[in-house]
Amino acid sequence: MPLSLAIVVVALPLFMFLFLGLVGVKMGRKITGVIGVLAMLVDTVLAYGVALTYFYGSGQGQMLDGVRQAVVVANPAWLSFTDTLVVRMGVLVDPIAAMMLVVITTVSLMVHLYSLGYMSDHDGNAEKGFQRYYAFLALFTFSMLGLVVATNIFQIFIFFEMVGLSSYLLIGFYYSTPAANHANKKAFIVTRLADLFFLLGIMILSYYTGTFDFGGVNGGDGLVFNPIVNDVASTNMQVAQSAVASTGATTFMGCSVIAWALTFIFIGGAGKSAMYPLHIWLPDAMEGPTPVSALIHAATMVVAGVFLVARLFPLYVLVQGAMNIILVVGAFTAFYAAAIACTQSDIKRALAFSTISQIAFMMTSLAVSSNQNALIEIHEGYGLGYMASMFHLFTHAMFKALLFLCAGAIIHAVHSNENDKMHGLHKFMPITSICFFIGCLAIAGIPPFAGFWSKDEILVAAYQRGLGWGIWMSMVAGMTAFYMFRIYYLIFWWKKHEVHDTHHAPKDQPWTMTLPLIILAAISCVAGFVPFHNLVTWDGKALHTALDMKVAGTSVLIALVGIALATVMYFKENPLPERMANAMRGLWTASYKRFYMDELYQFITHKVIFQAICVPIAWFDRHIIDGFMNLLADATNSLSFGIRRMQSGSIQAYVYVYLLGALLLGAITMICVLL
Amino acid sequence: MDLTLFMYLIPSLIMFGCGVYGFITRKNMIAIMISLELMLNSVDINFVVFNRYLFPGQMDGMFFSLFAIAIAAAETALALAIIINVFRIAKNVDINQITKLKF
Amino acid sequence: MESVGNIILYFIVAIAIIVFSVLTVTTRKILRSATYLLFVLFATAIIYFQMDYQFLGAVQIAVYAGGILVLFVFAIMLTQRPGKDADVLASHRRWLGLSAALAGVAVCGFGLFSYSGFAGRLLSGGVDVNMEKIGQFLLSTDKFGYLLPFEAISVLLLACIIGGVVIARRR
Repeated sequence: MPLSLAIVVVALPLFMFLFLGLVGVKMGRKITGVIGVLAMLVDTVLAYGVALTYFYGSGQGQMLDGVRQAVVVANPAWLSFTDTLVVRMGVLVDPIAAMMLVVITTVSLMVHLYSLGYMSDHDGNAEKGFQRYYAFLALFTFSMLGLVVATNIFQIFIFFEMVGLSSYLLIGFYYSTPAANHANKKAFIVTRLADLFFLLGIMILSYYTGTFDFGGVNGGDGLVFNPIVNDVASTNMQVAQSAVASTGATTFMGCSVIAWALTFIFIGGAGKSAMYPLHIWLPDAMEGPTPVSALIHAATMVVAGVFLVARLFPLYVLVQGAMNIILVVGAFTAFYAAAIACTQSDIKRALAFSTISQIAFMMTSLAVSSNQNALIEIHEGYGLGYMASMFHLFTHAMFKALLFLCAGAIIHAVHSNENDKMHGLHKFMPITSICFFIGCLAIAGIPPFAGFWSKDEILVAAYQRGLGWGIWMSMVAGMTAFYMFRIYYLIFWWKKHEVHDTHHAPKDQPWTMTLPLIILAAISCVAGFVPFHNLVTWDGKALHTALDMKVAGTSVLIALVGIALATVMYFKENPLPERMANAMRGLWTASYKRFYMDELYQFITHKVIFQAICVPIAWFDRHIIDGFMNLLADATNSLSFGIRRMQSGSIQAYVYVYLLGALLLGAITMICVLL
Repeated sequence: MDLTLFMYLIPSLIMFGCGVYGFITRKNMIAIMISLELMLNSVDINFVVFNRYLFPGQMDGMFFSLFAIAIAAAETALALAIIINVFRIAKNVDINQITKLKF
Repeated sequence: MESVGNIILYFIVAIAIIVFSVLTVTTRKILRSATYLLFVLFATAIIYFQMDYQFLGAVQIAVYAGGILVLFVFAIMLTQRPGKDADVLASHRRWLGLSAALAGVAVCGFGLFSYSGFAGRLLSGGVDVNMEKIGQFLLSTDKFGYLLPFEAISVLLLACIIGGVVIARRR
């Protein structure tokens, strides 16, 4: 299968967006949904084909001396600023792009299928706006695919914005509810603020390096990939070094401009990936339909920031300062979000914080794989964190999508997001329960489920960086296991479910909704065995990894402790959680209130920024600028009124004025003559 | 005592002033036309006396008056026709009441 | 030195013009207004005769007094109820008219008094404007010929006749 099919993979969802969006209304809801699912199925098959061809196919120059090359399938110029500064819209296939193609299409297909059931009422009739929903899903899929195959940083930015837009549209799908409107505005504004920094970073970077391109086999010199050479990694280093050296002289506030650029770009990524303190939009984004949460706010869009950092990884390793920022932010966010997830009662919000925590894992993992000696020596196992991060991205997408879809099924069954409305659902929804359980095992890191393998690599990388980081991440991993099982027990066990109406008792959902759960659960079981260390590495060379029994053992142990703790506290109804909450009332409330971050933002924006900056500006705007304009308008207005009075239509008035004018002229003439 | 040019201009001037006053104050359209005739007439007088006093050998002023009279006749005939027509439609010749053509 | 009769005639004419002009615009009965206008026109005709322009005076009487005034009277008869007074003028309107008229008179009078180079001219005799001369001028194309205005006026009158018919015709 030719790699150029990647173009089709990207373009098909765009076509489906146009087709479903424009023609969907004429076709009826069911047919629209089925067409959307079938198109996505084709897209998924093609994406798998492309990925398999890229990783295992021969020829096409993607392997060279054991080094996997990036292949530029197409790269037409889109916008030419100058001869050297050209924005292109292309399709690039390299390990992470191919992997992301698989992740996005898989999750998207599952969500498409799942939505057939989820977006229907109890009689199986599709909801209002069904076609719009599917069109937006296709738009999102297109944007995300365009993002991952981008050949240059500007294309990434454009698709970043498009992803943000489709996220906005889908969060606000129930646009008649105020909460959804607030949530999508919040998401849009926060990510847009971050994107401002991203744009700044792009401008700085492209100004000093003179290119947007990442490069690639056919792409020539670029920021990341370079022409075919024997040792890509070292040449990458040389080129990047020279880039840094050329900009090294230019400093701003004590840091080189490239450090500033990369930090700004990271802020852009942090906005999309909901890193602290830009995470506040993600929990609110759960107002959207649950499949949307699964696709966008768990599996794909939120990892765009991770992907961005991974894409620019060869640059990041050169700038230790930027990497340290990422490391600190990532490690803190992982803990912070996990701490909040332990107390949330809304299951979607708990999952959202879990997502934030897991993405922070990936960020941390990227960051730990660099060290001070990066420029000097590239030691064995150097890119482990990078590989682990991508691996975790892959597995996390699968099991987090699974968890969200399960949550959706539960919500659909009990019509509530709050876990005190659930309890004891295991008997009513066995399939969902088992799938959720598998998802929890996967995220908790129990072998042989997917999460174990990827999280283990992350922990190994963290321990390599330093013992403190390793312990910190292990602790967060334990918290992960605890809060996931807390959610699981509170939903499915805890106490007997009270059924008020036997006709509307919760039950497993129709096959369109359970089939994706089963498929994703199956993937979660086996995804850990994908040989990522051979396929996805930062320098394209296979990485030799071995299961570090010490790390693996401790991580499993910690996970088991977390699970055991959760089991003790939440398996059967008991007063222990209540007592613990009371014992640590302040901490518990702080966690439940998400450590008052929203309130802090509210305070900063409303009290500080609005009062100190916006109010004076608004005053200036209203009174000086508007005042001046109003003055002009009023003057014109009153003048016009005056003039209008002149145009009275009364011929006698005209004669009067005419006469006076004539007399005035006559008088002037006479005076002039006489003088 | 001599009859100077000046002495003829004085009544003409007063006649013109009366015409202006009437034109501005009257509401009846026919009365306005009458005031107009007064003004026209005073101009005619001026033409004639200037011609006669200053350029006695020529007749331009007189011919101007002649044509002015002819044109005044035409204009009055038309204006009165219009007034009568308006009266037929509006039952009124008050210039303040005829506002149908106003925007 | 003028003959005394001429001077007396002038004063009668001047006073008549002034008085009847004022009456024309101040009387509240429209028919009287037209009548006073007639007197003014007659007085004007007398001035023309005094200036030795007999033809012009005749035209004044025939066209103005005989033609236009009759039109006015017809129009008045058609549109006014007999004996009805016009409304009393609103004071602001009167002031408006008075101010305009007085301003005009003042400016022009000031001009006349201050620039009096020609104002004191006397009438020179020996001017003979007979019918033959007028006819020659009207139909001549010489330097002082008036053929073109004459033709233009004839076309204007024709247009006016047609216009009058069209406008006044009952539809």
